[in-house]
Amino acid sequence: MSSHVSPIREPLIQGNKSYHDITVDLVSPTERPPGPAWIVGFIISLTLLAFGLFCIAWTVWHGIGTWNLNRTIGWGWDITNFVWWIGIGHAGTLISAILLLFRQKWRTGVNRAAEAMTIFAVICAALFPGIHVGRAWVVFYFFPYPNTRGPLWPNFNSPLLWDLFAISTYFTVSLLFWYAGLVPDFATVRDRAKGLRRKIYNVLSFGWTGSAKHWQRWESLCLILAGIATPLVLSVHTIVSFDFATSVIPGWHTTIFPPYFVAGAIFSGFAMVLTLMIITRKLFNLQNYITVGHIESMNKVILVTGTIVGVAYLTELFIAWYSGYVYEQFAFFNRAAGPYWWSYFGMMFCNVISPQIFWVRKFRRSIAITFFVSIVINIGMWFERFVIIATTLARDYLPSSWSYYSPTWVEMGIFAGTIGIFFTLYLLFARVAPVVAIAEVKSILKSAGDQYTGPDAHKHHGHGANKHGAATTIKSSLESDSHNPGISAASAAPLASTLTSKESAVAEEPIVKDDSPKIKSSTGVDDLRRIEGIGPKIAEILNNGGITTFSQLASTDASQVKALLDAAGSRFRTHDPGTWGEQAALARDGRWDELKDLQDRLDGGKYV
Amino acid sequence: MTQTKDIIYGLYNDEEDLLEAVKGANADHLEIMDVYTPFPVHGLDPLLGLSESRLHIAGFVYGMLGTLTAFLGMSWIFTKDWPIIFGGKPHWSVPAFIPITFEVTVLFASIGMVLTFYIINGLGPGVVNPTIDLRITDDKFCLAFDKSEVDVSKAESFLKGSGAAEIHSKTI
Repeated sequence: MSSHVSPIREPLIQGNKSYHDITVDLVSPTERPPGPAWIVGFIISLTLLAFGLFCIAWTVWHGIGTWNLNRTIGWGWDITNFVWWIGIGHAGTLISAILLLFRQKWRTGVNRAAEAMTIFAVICAALFPGIHVGRAWVVFYFFPYPNTRGPLWPNFNSPLLWDLFAISTYFTVSLLFWYAGLVPDFATVRDRAKGLRRKIYNVLSFGWTGSAKHWQRWESLCLILAGIATPLVLSVHTIVSFDFATSVIPGWHTTIFPPYFVAGAIFSGFAMVLTLMIITRKLFNLQNYITVGHIESMNKVILVTGTIVGVAYLTELFIAWYSGYVYEQFAFFNRAAGPYWWSYFGMMFCNVISPQIFWVRKFRRSIAITFFVSIVINIGMWFERFVIIATTLARDYLPSSWSYYSPTWVEMGIFAGTIGIFFTLYLLFARVAPVVAIAEVKSILKSAGDQYTGPDAHKHHGHGANKHGAATTIKSSLESDSHNPGISAASAAPLASTLTSKESAVAEEPIVKDDSPKIKSSTGVDDLRRIEGIGPKIAEILNNGGITTFSQLASTDASQVKALLDAAGSRFRTHDPGTWGEQAALARDGRWDELKDLQDRLDGGKYV
Repeated sequence: MTQTKDIIYGLYNDEEDLLEAVKGANADHLEIMDVYTPFPVHGLDPLLGLSESRLHIAGFVYGMLGTLTAFLGMSWIFTKDWPIIFGGKPHWSVPAFIPITFEVTVLFASIGMVLTFYIINGLGPGVVNPTIDLRITDDKFCLAFDKSEVDVSKAESFLKGSGAAEIHSKTI
């Protein structure tokens, strides 16, 4: 049905899931009471949130003087946090929009949570311009609306106003895009619910039916929203960088800022997505949907964008030197060797050096290392914004005005509060909505499920698998379908030592070396892949181990088969050959109907 | 008050079976009422004779509306309504209007398109659509005939022969 998928492509959905399994796995976190980890996390987040609100109230009540900003350093933690959060908010739309246009199927595992993260991060970001203006109660003056002051309009030529438009638009479009994706999934939750819960989810699902025309329009909507959200996401951080780049402050007015900020935003956004996803997949047991392959893909993006950011840092230094402009040169000298040298080197280490370990595949695929590096990058990107903002301002043109800035408890409290807001909203979202897009994951099952692709594939898409009763719809192009108890001398390979003595049925077979492990002839061998749980790779291992027929497999002890698998490498260690003998015995005797019945009851070759 | 319909529908376990069945129904000249699936099934639209969605045209119109609103609005404000000199720049400083014009274009296009999507589909908060089968949003693929539009016995025998896992009649 869908385009050809390479069999060596890593499956994105593991565990031999059926459509129903996907529904159950992804909806059930919203159906059962929260676990202790969730409750503890929620209480901590809520506490931080409450303290943050207290600090905001303190700021509004006593005024901006409760912060340590001064005449020289007019932007401190407030704008640092603002830019940091906005940057984090870039990954969601990148994953959902740009990766949709590029037809990257792995986006389906993480797009829902990443988009939610975007929305919550933008909420946290938008808080800071709102309160740093001082008189938060007249913040609506920003918006152009017919007013009684003239009407007096805001300055449409100002990058700060562009920023307001960019962020408001970004928030609105992200929210609409996210919710459009949630509607069909809320319908899935609704159709499993009863009573009041069903009523609530019906409201949330907008009465979704799943009609073919609705799906057609839904896909069209998502594609066009992705198309226009793509330039939008690039424009937002470009405009944020204009806040700095259009000024005449040395260290700020550089033309490299827009691409450098966008790359930095994607970099920090992916770091936060990884932090959250690693927690989420553990908390809700979603390892089959957010796989190590997903994490590796995101680490590749981290590596690329982190390196772009590193090149941008070096380019800035080069241009400062090459321009011959002493104020620019001083600004950069001051960043690296001035009073804030620690934040400059923190930034360099966290953002440029640390992601370089992802050149190594082993580290890209390590959950623990990824989690640690993602936190390091989050910290590093915060340093970057602090370096750009506070460090640059601290030493301006007039040495008599030079100053040093460190935050008060109120500023730190507000930052902690936004982290609280972010995680409170995220944890609530994860309880109420499916954190992985159900419909989108189902739509890639036949091209990315591990029963259809990868080393353990045992089904071909393009067949009505269930119609024929069981998971045995393998095309028999390679081998004859008929049961054949004999064995071909040409294809039997030496048996692993564990298998020699005990099983006479195996030991009696002629043992001849053969260099080609692939079985092409139709004589004397059985297609072991008809056993549920055995894919082409495992069949090859068994053949190499001397097991080429059903009768051999039936008479081999499961522990010996297991030993063969263990010897073949760590990736096969998780396979359980417990039922293979039983299945093989039925196949040997030609009892295909009974085998099918058995396989219907099995899940991935295991009893469930 | 919506009219009730008597329908007969088959549930399939796999989208491939559904696609085959839709092809079969077309060959038998049975008029399909609708097809319901848990996720978008590709290849279904041409079989059902659904024309391409025109949502993108609507999106373009909304976007243009946003472009004009923003650009003409700013132009009017800064040249006619309240001209102010900012840093010696001309009142009608077109390059400085580009970022906001772009943002408002995107904003109008997306809000307009999303609202249009919900309205033409008859979806929205509080809408209660009749449920044909609860498993349609889970793992079943539904092919439904309106009994007033087809020969019921013919439809039923067709569904039986088409590999449907279940066949039901219902009034919705």
